[in-house]
Amino acid sequence: QDRCLADGANGFLAVLQFKPKCLPHYRKRDPRRWLNLQEYQSKKLMQESGVAVQRFYVADTASEALEAAKRLNAKEIVLKAQILAGGRGKGVFDSGLKGGVHLTKDPAVVGELANKMLGFNLTTKQTPKEGVKVKTVMVAEALDITRETYFAILMDRSFNGPVMVGSPQGGMDIEEVAASTPELIFKEAIDIFEGVRDDQALRMAANLGFKGALQRQAADQIKRLYDLFLKVDATQVEVNPLGETPEGQVVCFDAKINFDDNAEFRQKNVFAMDDMTEADPTEMAAAKWDLKYIGLDGNIACFVNGAGLAMATCDIIDLHGGKPANFLDLGGGVKEKQVYEAFKLLTADPKVEAILVNIFGGIVNCAIIANGITKACRELELKVPLVVRLEGKTALDTHQHWNTCTKVFVLPL
Amino acid sequence: MILGHLGYRTVCSAKEALQHSGVRHCYTGTRKNLYIDKNTKVICQGFTGKQGTFHSQQSLDYGSQLVGGVSPGKGGKTHLGLPVFNSVKEAKQGTGADASVIYVPPPFAAAAIIEAIDAEIPLVVCITEGIPQQDMVKVKHKLLRQSATRLIGPNCPGVINPGECKIGIMPGHIHKKGRIGIVSRSGTLTYEAVHQTTQVGLGQSLCVGIGGDPFNGTNFIDCLEVFLQDPKTEGIILIGEIGGNAEENAAEYLKQHNSGDNSKPVVSFIAGLTAPPGRRMGHAGAIIAGGKGGAKEKIAALQSAGVVVSMSPAQLGSTMFKEFEKRKML
Repeated sequence: QDRCLADGANGFLAVLQFKPKCLPHYRKRDPRRWLNLQEYQSKKLMQESGVAVQRFYVADTASEALEAAKRLNAKEIVLKAQILAGGRGKGVFDSGLKGGVHLTKDPAVVGELANKMLGFNLTTKQTPKEGVKVKTVMVAEALDITRETYFAILMDRSFNGPVMVGSPQGGMDIEEVAASTPELIFKEAIDIFEGVRDDQALRMAANLGFKGALQRQAADQIKRLYDLFLKVDATQVEVNPLGETPEGQVVCFDAKINFDDNAEFRQKNVFAMDDMTEADPTEMAAAKWDLKYIGLDGNIACFVNGAGLAMATCDIIDLHGGKPANFLDLGGGVKEKQVYEAFKLLTADPKVEAILVNIFGGIVNCAIIANGITKACRELELKVPLVVRLEGKTALDTHQHWNTCTKVFVLPL
Repeated sequence: MILGHLGYRTVCSAKEALQHSGVRHCYTGTRKNLYIDKNTKVICQGFTGKQGTFHSQQSLDYGSQLVGGVSPGKGGKTHLGLPVFNSVKEAKQGTGADASVIYVPPPFAAAAIIEAIDAEIPLVVCITEGIPQQDMVKVKHKLLRQSATRLIGPNCPGVINPGECKIGIMPGHIHKKGRIGIVSRSGTLTYEAVHQTTQVGLGQSLCVGIGGDPFNGTNFIDCLEVFLQDPKTEGIILIGEIGGNAEENAAEYLKQHNSGDNSKPVVSFIAGLTAPPGRRMGHAGAIIAGGKGGAKEKIAALQSAGVVVSMSPAQLGSTMFKEFEKRKML
């Protein structure tokens, strides 16, 4: 959308009733999309909220892993390679080691295995072909699970706020459970000002199949998960499985936390943990310039303002038999430098055989777009055809710019 | 990425307050506040900031009745020739404002909305993009339990009655007073629909950008009710996109309220048919929603309600024109 809400902070410093907790200079919201945390980072957040997780240490070297295994003093140890992609259990290392998750009772074995994980690439069904380099391993206390349940908290539109969802059938494909046995899915709305009431927590725990002392334990864990949900501005906390151990503990064996990007300004610690190493390099480069970019498979690059129009542009290319190479939303208050950098990104993609610029400039000055594009064309020696559609009040002024570029087809107003 | 009435506050019964959206509660009574006109008096929250200043000037140039603004700590001063107040309450007392537009950065925007609700401003339009979801959930909790204030947005371009009143950032010059009501989740796609309906000569009666945030003040149904009851609105354009259930709910509403001989033509475009599926969605959302929020399902739902869905965003104007021709409305 063509606006910038970065400024305007000055008037608010004087406001006594709103005590700003962050810096007065509000740079434009960084359109970072999917915040990705490693398993150990999510579990650390959970621990800090008193959520029960398996005891663990992280290690960056084999000797650290060995020490950690000894320090754990556990009956059995689970060693897990820390990468963002799933499917670790069945993955393969280029050291030859098979499996990104191993169980052992011997700390020495932990050290040996870690030696074959750290610094090597782990390839799984969800990683690129060459795999992902493993820099960290988690050394955790292995616990037996007698029963697996599913529990999640999310912000839901139809409930106008937080909802908890649970099922006694955890550990497997929950969408399958929802489809075939919907009576095993339990939902309850949470009042944002009231929080989770005791009766709600106990009822959900009972629905999850926890009885007696375990019911109270599970209810307590549910409340702590909700506290975490609020504390980190999560949009979803999904625990699968929320398990029962033979020793009578309720433990969160794995969790997926989704974070609200809009809350980054007040969740700096959480967002600082963002591991961008497995992200698409083009998407990362785009984010640096406040550009929302998603790579697609086609050969027609898109350059648009506004997410709706950007999606619609991909749609219309497809409708006419073409294939978009990307989704790109310039975002608000676009500056010439961003236009230039966006063009650099698009033209660097070898798949791209043509570029479509589709701009509806409301307040945005089309001359900024035109200047940025023509500069990029000249400096980058644009080789592919460029089709430009500019609409809006200032579009009329831009026609003389195009004379300096070849291969540019400007659509008439 | 949702007039001049003296709204009065009622406290909803507990039962009403607990209903989800889609079921009537006292907030739905504020739908009529959406219909701004030349008599609507507007104040600007965040008046003296860069965005507030720029868009307020644009608004004045368009001919909207901007009567003042709020900038805490600067009360008593003048800005753009208009009075500045320290609070929304003072601004309302000093100007008799019916509406407020909010250009306040994300960390404080929710508080600004709540301030306007507390002051019982009949229409609040929040332009701000980037308000944390948790903050908006709290705003919505309050919003649904009162009946004086209607919120549009956040993260929206605003609302315009062409030639009479413009509240927001949309380019005024592409609009033309006319016969089509437009409601949209997307900003620049709205401009496309406006541009096209102007070009085919139909013009617009009222255009509402409801915005792209998951927790917002106004949905499709709110606008559809206003359009269906407005004699000046003869056709409706609805622009949706992937995610959520808003379009499906709108389709259901149209089935019940826009069928038969007196039905108004509705044309729609749904963006995102070619968008790749969400990459890191947990499962709980899909379980809750039931449906997947995909474009295909939305298109099917709307078509079953008699909506003419255009597969191209470039044919909204021409499609509506054809519908008018078919019904001999030209």
